[in-house]
Amino acid sequence: MKKVVNRRASSPAVTRSEPRMNPAKLGILLFICAEIMFFAGLISAFAVFRFSPVQWPPAGQPRLPVQITAVNTIILLLSGVTFFLAFKALKAAKDNSFKNLLTATAALGLIFLLIQGVEWIHLLQFGLTVHSSIFGGFFYCLVGMHGFHVAGGMVALLFVVTRAWQGAYSSKVTLGVELCRMYWFFVVGLWPVLFALVYL
Amino acid sequence: MSHDSHKQSFISHYIFSTDHKMIAKQFLLLSIIMACLGGFMAYLIRWEVAFPNVPAPFFGLVSPDKFNAIITLHGTIMIFFVGMPFLAAFPSNFFIPLMIGARDMAFPKLNLASFWLTFTGAVLLVASFFVPGGPVAGGWVGYPPLSASSEFAGVKWGAALWILSLAMAFFSSSVGGLNYLVTVISLRAPGMTYSRVPMTVWFLLGSAVTFFFSVGPLIAGAFMLLMDNMFGTGFFLPAKGGEPMLWEHLFWFFGHPEVYVLFFPALGMGLDIMATFTRKPIFGYKLILGSTVGAITLSFIVWAHHMFLSGLNPVLATPFSITTILISIPFAIIIFCMFASLRHGAIRMELPFLWMVGFLATFLVGGLTGIFLGSASADIYLHGTYFVVAHFHYTLFPSVFFGGFSGVYYWFSKMYGRELNKKLGLLHLVLTFIFFNGTFWPLFRVGIGGMIRRIADPSFYPQYQQFANWNIFCTISAIALIASQAIFLWNIVWSMTHGPKAVKNPYDSNTLEWLADSPPPHGNWGAKLPIVTGDPYEYSKPGEAKDWRSQAQNL
Ligand SMILES: [Cu+2]
Repeated sequence: MKKVVNRRASSPAVTRSEPRMNPAKLGILLFICAEIMFFAGLISAFAVFRFSPVQWPPAGQPRLPVQITAVNTIILLLSGVTFFLAFKALKAAKDNSFKNLLTATAALGLIFLLIQGVEWIHLLQFGLTVHSSIFGGFFYCLVGMHGFHVAGGMVALLFVVTRAWQGAYSSKVTLGVELCRMYWFFVVGLWPVLFALVYL
Repeated sequence: MSHDSHKQSFISHYIFSTDHKMIAKQFLLLSIIMACLGGFMAYLIRWEVAFPNVPAPFFGLVSPDKFNAIITLHGTIMIFFVGMPFLAAFPSNFFIPLMIGARDMAFPKLNLASFWLTFTGAVLLVASFFVPGGPVAGGWVGYPPLSASSEFAGVKWGAALWILSLAMAFFSSSVGGLNYLVTVISLRAPGMTYSRVPMTVWFLLGSAVTFFFSVGPLIAGAFMLLMDNMFGTGFFLPAKGGEPMLWEHLFWFFGHPEVYVLFFPALGMGLDIMATFTRKPIFGYKLILGSTVGAITLSFIVWAHHMFLSGLNPVLATPFSITTILISIPFAIIIFCMFASLRHGAIRMELPFLWMVGFLATFLVGGLTGIFLGSASADIYLHGTYFVVAHFHYTLFPSVFFGGFSGVYYWFSKMYGRELNKKLGLLHLVLTFIFFNGTFWPLFRVGIGGMIRRIADPSFYPQYQQFANWNIFCTISAIALIASQAIFLWNIVWSMTHGPKAVKNPYDSNTLEWLADSPPPHGNWGAKLPIVTGDPYEYSKPGEAKDWRSQAQNL
């Protein structure tokens, strides 16, 4: 029973409080981690079929609209850029450009969802449904799950935009914008991966 | 944060409370109710196996279709509605804030949601008994194609309810885990550095992290299974070009880590109990934590050992056998550290300590028999036999019940302000230990003999006649095991109201929760937070008058 005790413990001076991360940010970060694991599961399931020796996409299924979705991808990525710039503007206390850029982000997000919706209607008309094939099932599950997450992000974003125009944020008060930004970057960053895997 | 003890209405105090201690008690109560249900099912299963086609008392005849439904729901209930709330949610909620010196969780409302999600899941599962077609009956692992289409099982609504109920449980444990992680990272009391965090908290976090990062792919799989059932996709149906083995991968990617999700809390509580009752520091605090990180990491790459007979590429069997055998190393290190912690200890044979020893002794059998199943060559023979049943009951029962009970006996006075009856507790332990081994030890023999599990009527197969007496022995033990738990129920109910009043720190323990009142008030601490100045395991320090030293001196 000698020298088993931790040496640091004996010094009562160690009472400082460590720097603590903001709980809300940490919460969102962990939430995104769980989301990444969810999509990793979905994508790896998809990859089993996508990269199997069987012909993919299966014969007789409508081709996916690659060009228009490529444009749409750029639109969503742009929304990420505008959000990035909006936050910089907020930090630099440029209130007007912050509000305008944030609104532009929401507008770009809405356009993305709108184009996705229109394309879905086309595909359904061409006969691609969840039970027309595994291809169709995965298309709607993967792209639909992402769309669902963008829609969820939109709700948060519209809330933040409304609050921004009410003047709720300043270069000192940024938490709401930051949380929304973290989540928005996740849905924006995920999309090119899905686009490359599903469409190309 | 102002946490004045304000008057609360009955509903906001007992039902929609955001106080972490009340939520913990809600989880405890829910898990006890569900354990009664799951235990009753265990009795029906054992009855039918031992006395085929004899109506079970208090139920009636367990026909083969009912048998299938009962084994499925027994597994689901025991893991997700007993194990998870009893071993992860209840101690995490109660002890994480107390042991790190916080006033509550980081997100109390999310915590409230976490409980009601589990509750809804439990209700949905029970409701599946009453829908047309009855409850799901494809085994708790839900293998497709049986689980993926009502054509095969004749169960549509039962399957949908089962998946939804699991989804509720997954979301509940995920938001719970998120909450525990954020709480420990951001709400530790001043001076509570990471190297001063007690083992219980560390292992509850390990459990939360393991769950958090393994459940995502299973949620994806469950989503696809629900689509198969309800919207006619064919992800898991070969007839539609799907791949049933895909489900097995997604399921076991979660399924193996889940064992550790249920093992870690028991281990963490066991380590704290060990330090308190041996009156010496834990041997190898950092070594244990490092091994745990290794075990968690490895637990994500062993899953295919459940699938050696599924049609998995045999080439893959070898790497998965190797990782499975490797994972014994960190656990062996932890167990040896625990043995070393006992050495030269001034052991106090108190009830929580004895329960913890019971946990170790029985879990060890489960861990060691796992090595046989993890090795592909042995598993080909043992797969799907009662050996597997015995093995995983020797891992899960010790964790959930021996480990969980050791925690309840240790902290009951802190939770309810009164002491449990020790004689009844000892009787409970002795009977549980004897009848648990009586129930499951012979099943190893039966399994090695070749008896396949999930068979309602063994008398139908002449080759299983030789095990008939063993099966009767196991069933009688199982009934006695279930009946012995009544002692525990009586003990907590009686002690909650009539037990002797508890003191703050009955075991001279160092960790922070013993500085709070028994039971701790709303907000846990009085006007000031504890200021932590010591390690959790400074026992028997040479040159000091008493053999313990509380982690905080300012309260
Ligand atoms: Cu396993």
